[in-house]
Amino acid sequence: MTTEAADPVDAAATAPAADAGFLQRYGASIEYILIPGAALVAALLVFGGFVALFGKNPLDLYWYMYYGAFGTWFSWQNTLSRAAPLILTALCTALPAQLGMVIIGGEGALLIGALAATSAALALQGLPPLVVQVAMVIAGMAGGGVWILLSGGLRQYRGVNETISSLLLVYIALAILNHLVEGAMRDPASLNKPSTREIGAANMIGTIPGTDVHWGLVFGLILAVASYVLIYHTTFGFAARVAGGNIRAAKIVGLSVGKLILTVCFLAGACAGLAGMVEVAAVQGRTNANLAVGYGFTGILVAFLARQNPLAIIPVAILLGGINASGGLLQRRLGLPDASVLVLQGIIFISVLASDALYGRIGFLKGKS
Amino acid sequence: MADGNIGLWTVPLAVLGGAIRVSTPFLFVSLGECITERSGRINLGLEGTLVMGAMSAYGISYLSGSPWLGVLAAGLTGALLGALHAGICSLPRVNDVAVGISLMLFGTGLAFFLGKPLIEPTAARLPAIDFGWWSEVPQVRAALRINVLFLLGVALAPILFWAFKTTRWGLLIRTAGESADAARAMGHSVLMIRLRATMAGGFLAGIGGSFLSLFYPGSWNEGLSSGQGITAVALVIFARWDPMLCLWASLAFGGAAALGPALQSVGVTSGYHLFNAAPYILTLLIMIITCSPKRTLSGAPAELSITR
Repeated sequence: MTTEAADPVDAAATAPAADAGFLQRYGASIEYILIPGAALVAALLVFGGFVALFGKNPLDLYWYMYYGAFGTWFSWQNTLSRAAPLILTALCTALPAQLGMVIIGGEGALLIGALAATSAALALQGLPPLVVQVAMVIAGMAGGGVWILLSGGLRQYRGVNETISSLLLVYIALAILNHLVEGAMRDPASLNKPSTREIGAANMIGTIPGTDVHWGLVFGLILAVASYVLIYHTTFGFAARVAGGNIRAAKIVGLSVGKLILTVCFLAGACAGLAGMVEVAAVQGRTNANLAVGYGFTGILVAFLARQNPLAIIPVAILLGGINASGGLLQRRLGLPDASVLVLQGIIFISVLASDALYGRIGFLKGKS
Repeated sequence: MADGNIGLWTVPLAVLGGAIRVSTPFLFVSLGECITERSGRINLGLEGTLVMGAMSAYGISYLSGSPWLGVLAAGLTGALLGALHAGICSLPRVNDVAVGISLMLFGTGLAFFLGKPLIEPTAARLPAIDFGWWSEVPQVRAALRINVLFLLGVALAPILFWAFKTTRWGLLIRTAGESADAARAMGHSVLMIRLRATMAGGFLAGIGGSFLSLFYPGSWNEGLSSGQGITAVALVIFARWDPMLCLWASLAFGGAAALGPALQSVGVTSGYHLFNAAPYILTLLIMIITCSPKRTLSGAPAELSITR
C-alpha cells in the first residue's frame, strides 16, 4: 500500500524545484493536501486493480464513480444530501481528536439522537412546526451529546478506554433503538419494518429552495465552521489543543482537563446526534433500523482523511458522500455488490493512515535553508 | 422429566449451552488478541478479521466440501490481515489504534463484497461431539453438543499461559511488550516479533470467525458478527492479558449472550434486543469496575498505547 502511496509523490519530487522561500513557508501546508491526495489516488488505483480481478474495467469504474457522484446536477444533489450526515458524524470523531481521544461511536450517538428527536416530535404533535423542529434539534443534540459524554465520563472518572467504550455503546444504542421501535414506540401500522409513528409531513425540515438537498447540509456546514472557530480561535479550543498535545503540561498550567474532556465529548456527540435528527426530519420521517446504515463509521474515515480539521471535513465529506452516492450506479451498471463502497472506503482509510509515514519526508517540500 | 418438559430449567441449561457454544469466537479472538497485545501492540481490527474468517471459511468449505479446510483458510486469511496490520503499523508515526479501526471497516467490507454469492448456498458444517448421550432430556443433549473447536480453544488457553511463562517465544513476546528497548538491546527486531504476534492473533481470530459460519449460527450472512470481535478485544483488557482469565471471561460472555435467546425460548420476549446487548453492557460494566484513572492496569504490557 505504501509503495503505491509513494509513487505519485516520488514523481512530483523529480519535478524541478520551485522557489525555495515559497516552499519553506508553505511546504507543510502543501503536505497536508498533497499527501492525503496521493493516498486517495493510490487507494483508487488499488480499488481499480481489485475490481479488475473480477473482470470489470477499472476505467468504467472510475467513469461511473465520477458520473454517479458529480456527473450531473441530480448526482450532485444526491452527493450533497449524503455529505450532510457525514460532516456531522465526522465532527464527532474530529472534536475529541483535538484532545487526543479516539472516539469511534458516532453511529451510536446518531441513533440515540434520532430516537430523541423522534420522541420530541411525537410528544409535541399539534404545536407549530417551527417549535417542533427546534425541539427536535435540541433533543437530538442532547441525546447524542449524552451518549458520547458517557464515553468521555468513563474515560475521565474510570480510566476506561474511550475507543472501545464508544464502540460498545454503538451496539447498545442499536439494541435500545430496536427495543423501542419494536416495543413501546412501535407504530402498529408498520408491519414488515417495525418503525415509530411518523413525525408528520409538516414537521419535516424540507429542502433548500431550488434543490433537492435538505437543510441538513446547512446544519453540517454551520457546525463545521463553528467547530473550526471553536478549536482555532477561542481560548477553549486553545486549551483543548494544549491538553491534547501534552496532558501533563495542561495540568501544570492549571487547565481543568476533566471539564475539557466532558465538554468536548458532549459537543462531539451533539453533532452526531444532530445527524440523526436530520436523517429523521429530512429523509426517513420516522425512526427505524434503516438509520443504522453506517454514516457514523464513514464519518470516522472522513475525520481521519481530513486530518481532524473541521474545515477540511467539508470537502472530504462531499467526496465520501459522492462515493456513497455512486454505489447504486456501480451496482446497476457494473454488477458490483453494494459492499464495494465499503471496500473502497476501507482501502482509502488504510492508505491514508499509511501515508502518515510520509510527513516531513518529502525532500523538495522542506525547502532549502 | 423425560418428556423434555423441564420448565424454567430451560433457561440455565440454555445459558450453559450458550456459554459453551457462543463463547468459542470470544475465546479465539481474545486469545489471539492476548498474543498481539502482549507484544505491545493493539489490533482493534479483529472484528473485521472475524467476519473475513467467517466468510472465507464458509466459502472454502462450500467449494471443497471440507469444513476443516475452511477453518484453515479462515486462519490464513486472519494471519494475512494481521500481517497487513503489522506492516502498516511498522511505518513511522502510524497509530495502531487507527489502523485497527481501518482494518475493521476494510475487513467487514471485503467480506460482504466477496461473500455476496455465499448467502444462498449451504456449506458443509463442522461436526460436533455428543457429550450429552447419557441424558434423555433433549435440552441437556442440545447443551452438550460440543464443537471440537471449543475444546481446542479450551486447550489452547493453558498452553498459551504456559508458553508465555516458560518458552523462549513467550519471553520474547513479553519483552517486546514490556520494553521495546530491552528487546532491541538483546538483538531482536521488535517489528518482527510484533509482526509474528499480530499474525498469530489474526490466525486465531480468523478461526473464531470460522466457528460462526460453520457451526453456530452456522450460515453466512452480513449480520453474522455484531461486535463479538471488539467485545473480545475489550475482554482481554479485563482479563489482565492472562490467557486463563480470557477463557473464564469468554465463558461468562457466552452465557450472557445466550440469555436473550434462552429467555425467548420460555416465552419472555419483551426486552429481547436488550438481552441481546447483554455482552456489550457486561463488557462496559466490567471495564467500569476494573479500570481506574489513577493507575495503569496491573499486568498491562508497558508498551501498549491503549493503557498508557
